[in-house]
Amino acid sequence: MSRYTAITDANLDAMLAAIGVDSVRELFDRQIPAGVRLGRALDLPGGMAEQDVYAHLRALAARNSSVEDELSFLGAGMYDHYVPALIDMLTERSEFLTPYTPYQPEISQGGLQVMFEYQTAISELTGLPVSNASVYDGPSAVAAAGYLAKLHNGRRRLVVSAGLHPHSIETLRTHAHGFGMEVVEVPLTDGATDPGEWARAIDAGTSAAIFAQPNFYGAVEDAEALSAAARDAGADAGGGRPVVICQVDPITLGILKPPGECGVDVAVGEGQPLGNRLDFGGPSFGLFAAREEYLRRMPGRIAGETVDAEGRRGFVLTLQTREQHIRREKATSNICTAQALNALAGVVYLAWLGRAGIVELGELLLARTHYARETLAGLDGVQKLHGRPVVREFAVRLQADVGAVVRRCLKDGVNPGVDLHALSGRAEDVGGLLVAITEQRSRADIDRLAEVLGAAVAAERDRTVAGDPAAAGQAVAV
Amino acid sequence: MSAGAVAEIPPTPPQVEARTIFQKGAPGRRAFVCPPVDVPAPADGKELLPARFRRTEPPRLPEVSEPEIVRHYVGISKRNFDLDSGFYPLGSCTMKHNPRLHERVAALPGHARLHPLQHPERAQGALELMWNLQSALSEISGLPYVSLQPSAGSHGELAGVLLTRAYHEDRGETRRRVLIPDTAHGTNPATVTMAGMEVIKLATDAAGGIDVDDLRAKAGPDVACLMLTNPNTLGLFDPNIEQIAAIVHGVGATLYYDGANLNAVMGLSRPGDMGFDIVHFNLHKSFTQPHGGGGPGSGPIAVSERIAPFLPRPLVVRRERPHGNGAAGAPAEREDGARGARANGHSSTRLSTAFMYDLDYERPKSIGRLRGFQGNYGCLVRAYAYICSLGADGLKDASEVAVLNANYLLARLKEHGVAEYLPLAYGRLCMHEFVLSGGPMKRGLQIKTLDLAKRLLDFGYHPPTVYFPLLVDEALMIEPTETETKETLDGFADAIASILKEAGEDPEVARNAPYSTPVRRLDEVTAAKSPVIRQALD
Repeated sequence: MSRYTAITDANLDAMLAAIGVDSVRELFDRQIPAGVRLGRALDLPGGMAEQDVYAHLRALAARNSSVEDELSFLGAGMYDHYVPALIDMLTERSEFLTPYTPYQPEISQGGLQVMFEYQTAISELTGLPVSNASVYDGPSAVAAAGYLAKLHNGRRRLVVSAGLHPHSIETLRTHAHGFGMEVVEVPLTDGATDPGEWARAIDAGTSAAIFAQPNFYGAVEDAEALSAAARDAGADAGGGRPVVICQVDPITLGILKPPGECGVDVAVGEGQPLGNRLDFGGPSFGLFAAREEYLRRMPGRIAGETVDAEGRRGFVLTLQTREQHIRREKATSNICTAQALNALAGVVYLAWLGRAGIVELGELLLARTHYARETLAGLDGVQKLHGRPVVREFAVRLQADVGAVVRRCLKDGVNPGVDLHALSGRAEDVGGLLVAITEQRSRADIDRLAEVLGAAVAAERDRTVAGDPAAAGQAVAV
Repeated sequence: MSAGAVAEIPPTPPQVEARTIFQKGAPGRRAFVCPPVDVPAPADGKELLPARFRRTEPPRLPEVSEPEIVRHYVGISKRNFDLDSGFYPLGSCTMKHNPRLHERVAALPGHARLHPLQHPERAQGALELMWNLQSALSEISGLPYVSLQPSAGSHGELAGVLLTRAYHEDRGETRRRVLIPDTAHGTNPATVTMAGMEVIKLATDAAGGIDVDDLRAKAGPDVACLMLTNPNTLGLFDPNIEQIAAIVHGVGATLYYDGANLNAVMGLSRPGDMGFDIVHFNLHKSFTQPHGGGGPGSGPIAVSERIAPFLPRPLVVRRERPHGNGAAGAPAEREDGARGARANGHSSTRLSTAFMYDLDYERPKSIGRLRGFQGNYGCLVRAYAYICSLGADGLKDASEVAVLNANYLLARLKEHGVAEYLPLAYGRLCMHEFVLSGGPMKRGLQIKTLDLAKRLLDFGYHPPTVYFPLLVDEALMIEPTETETKETLDGFADAIASILKEAGEDPEVARNAPYSTPVRRLDEVTAAKSPVIRQALD
């Protein structure tokens, strides 16, 4: 008997007798051919007591610098927004934590109603009428939207703004190779999608036109103009046109015009800012909302309202004829397990924030982000990377090596942001630093960032002038 | 009602109309307190966000207090059945106990509040954990290289088929046909289509395995891959697996292992030794990541040497920590994947200082990313904690007891005349699950598998997987898992027997079940015909 099992010797004897075999080994020997039996113990350590596992995992945790260990301005896709305590309490409840996908609706009304409420919240946020119950994450949601476009209009080219997160573009490329689609990237001008290049790249062979709002560099795009241009440039004689896809940041949608009012067909996005912890990148959830006409091509689970045999309101998984377990090779997606518990955290967060709160939070982020950008841009050797409006994140260019500056800041307990070039690999991003502001970073924190970053940039510029990289290298080792 | 009690038909519950959070609260009510705006307004008085980019009406989110939110969600949670409340023998889903230790360690701030773009030098604990997990999954599967990136089983499948495609394309071959047995999960064929390949179905033989003659006929130079679950969805280990592998490899195709049923063979038989090139794991099945009512999951993949160059990037790699005062030293030897790491695995709470861990993006043949960042790390923490707890012997024991429990439950269901109405579809013994056919029950007792499933709800059990696999008439797929007691299995067998007996007397009881649940049977046809998928608001 080992951990979590419960078969005593007496149980074992009775069970073997009932089965009609002499040993557990016989069960395997009679079913697994001799040539593929392992015949030795796994080369893994022995089991550990619960307290020892805890100590080991705690020791590993201690070797990570979390947002509790430094003043962090890291973002670029995942953000240190506050996760209210009631989310921990609700997501740890057995009734939400431990069921499987709700295949038996009579005993799954809780989970199905959560999905229905989540779909409502995402629909409200995006201004689009239909939402599914979640996909894996933001970048994979972009890829899933690309597949929807292929199924919808059969065209073969995906035109994507370089303002999408690099992980989204790479994820889209990986999947598009499977779909048999080509990905064309449109460059930016002053931090936003270049309107001329955008319109030129889109034609009657364009299946989808994809941009991000705000984009990877923090810039607010002219979403209406991009949508309209995509529809015009991609129209064909038969009335066909590209699907307009926008990757949104849901926490900005309290103040930014929603995609549904900007001519967008499909909104996707990373749900982590909504009540999900950082978790080194996952699990979180991907949101996926669309106009009505795409409903039957949506990927993933969708909860719908109905009545029971006595006429009472209830919820079920619906439109399942889209899905892999019914349609198999003709399904609209292969997705099965998605991110239900993370979507629960998302809808609870949105209820907690509420109708007024999401606007107030948006205004606070807008004000602080603007303040932070102006303050940093006032430092010697630091400039704005672009002049577009920003909401929760912005990019600056340093006249110094970004990696070295970051290492200097870390010595003072400040993680100033993401090295843009290290993440995107784009030549034009050399010197770029992406700085994220949340409600957990106060004015005092921003002032501290400015102080430390200013000193680090100055020191790096001095070092470069002095031409003594080796000495500096030792001084700034993490 | 407690599991195993004989169900009486209780009175209809009072009419309680489900109300969503959007139908609760009142204008002006709130939970969130926003920090004050502590920064000065712009000196030039300029609008921070031009009006044309602004939302004019706030989204109609709920207006509720925190206590209301808690009452609402605790209230609706009670309308869910869950694994902590009762037996959940949902076939192919491996609903084993979810240890709460895993929730505790995953919530440690060093894991839960670690930013995914933290510099690898400042995330050594996370990367070491991932390395150790890769090493363990490598050993369990018998394949040398592991990627932890895929988000769920079907995502791992997509990775696997794209890897196969990349492997063939790298050799200058365009193979587009993927062989899939008719017993396969729906995700297999759906994945193949998404990867731009074509599904070719394989027949099942009389013993429940792959029809080897059919395989031989269809295996050819245009075949890219065979996707196989072993044990398969009938709960049977394919006795011809070595021959199957030889045929597939003989035509230059790869062999893909759907790991949904890995819980049957941990420490007993390894996909790599069976000849598989690519395996996906379901950490939310075999390794107890709680399923969360539909995710999150995690679907790492392990691959053979020849597939490794194409793995998604980044990969976690380990390097020897340079000696002396570092920076000028020669670059350390890099270790890829999992090979050679096990001796330094998680054998103690002492952490290795001889190595450093990194994320490797320089993989020119990689298929690329499948998602953002490094995968569902929170799920990886839980799975790793589970492997640490069980160790080599514990994992083997888990599979042995899973198979013992399944065979015992099968034996018990042969008693009381159950087998007459619910015969085993194939075979005599089973691995970790088994499939019964409800065909004779439908003909003899006039109740369908669906009716039996719904009546089980009144007895306090989650029903088995029903109507799958598709080739079994009125299928019931039962997977008890290793964490159930003999008493629970006995109680479940008795419940099935008594439902059959009851049906013999009056089939209407089961046909109208359930009675004790928050709602009765739901009208799914109308829901799909005129879908209402969000709350209407004024």
